[in-house]
Amino acid sequence: MSETRELDATSVEGLPRANGELVFEQPWESRAFGLAAALADQGLFTWKDFQDGLIAEVAADDSQPGEYRYYERWLGALEGLLLERGVVSVADIDDRADVLCHRPAGHDHRHEHDHEH
Amino acid sequence: MTADPRAADRPPAALRAQALEELLTERGVVKTEVLDGFINRYVNDVGPLNGAKVVAKAWVDPDYRSRLLEDGTGAIKELGYAGPQGEHIVVLENTREIHNLVVCTLCSCYPWPVLGLPPNWYKDPAYRARAVREPRKLLAEMGLSLDDDVDIKVWDSSAENRYFVLPLRPEGSEGLSEEELAALVTRDAMVGVAAVEVSS
Repeated sequence: MSETRELDATSVEGLPRANGELVFEQPWESRAFGLAAALADQGLFTWKDFQDGLIAEVAADDSQPGEYRYYERWLGALEGLLLERGVVSVADIDDRADVLCHRPAGHDHRHEHDHEH
Repeated sequence: MTADPRAADRPPAALRAQALEELLTERGVVKTEVLDGFINRYVNDVGPLNGAKVVAKAWVDPDYRSRLLEDGTGAIKELGYAGPQGEHIVVLENTREIHNLVVCTLCSCYPWPVLGLPPNWYKDPAYRARAVREPRKLLAEMGLSLDDDVDIKVWDSSAENRYFVLPLRPEGSEGLSEEELAALVTRDAMVGVAAVEVSS
């Protein structure tokens, strides 16, 4: 059922499944999950705070049937808390997302140089 | 640039998630290894097999079963399973007369220590709405047809209570060991959308 396997980054077949299906549909979902779990564990916010944000995000969802994405709601709740606590700003996130968007494929080093925005 | 974090023109989720991770690790708010550790734990180590062991023990050990129904979190911790989203686990016992079904209409919360992370259908708006509105029909569509004389009780999980179903021990499982029994128990049975069956 939940045997431990080596992760094979190149093959979807190699990803672990619970009862035959992937727990995360896309890799970023697992990162968003891990961020919220780790930050709550470190005490940056309480799990209750996160859950309240998640409930509000889920309630505000207006996606069409079949297009609902739970971890987008999750990410929204996480962003909301981090913005509210002043840990990051909207500009921080958007600027970095913009950089990532224009980063050439295969480029995975992290900011050895400054970018002009 | 708007100050509204929910602006419609914000970057796609995959980019925002990566941006957040980079910013937080660069600023020392969280370490990559810690993050990887949480993800690995919930993807590889914590899963429905934990819950299956709890169920199998409850089937063979009446004292454990009593403790489990009395104090779910405590009895589950006896087997070494604890952690976030496991603080208030309430165990619901299926009987010939009552079938329990678990949903979380508000935020898809789920008893992580015993079941791992929730499957997609559990988080789907259709499941969340229909489990409450028409559980018998939903269960039939998911492959579990219950007799009309079985009452269905629907339990809406919350921050206060995480529900976990103790399924009926299947007929024909009398000679099986605890370990063999655990292998029969599925995640779906512990959410209440399936019955446990002896594999043929």
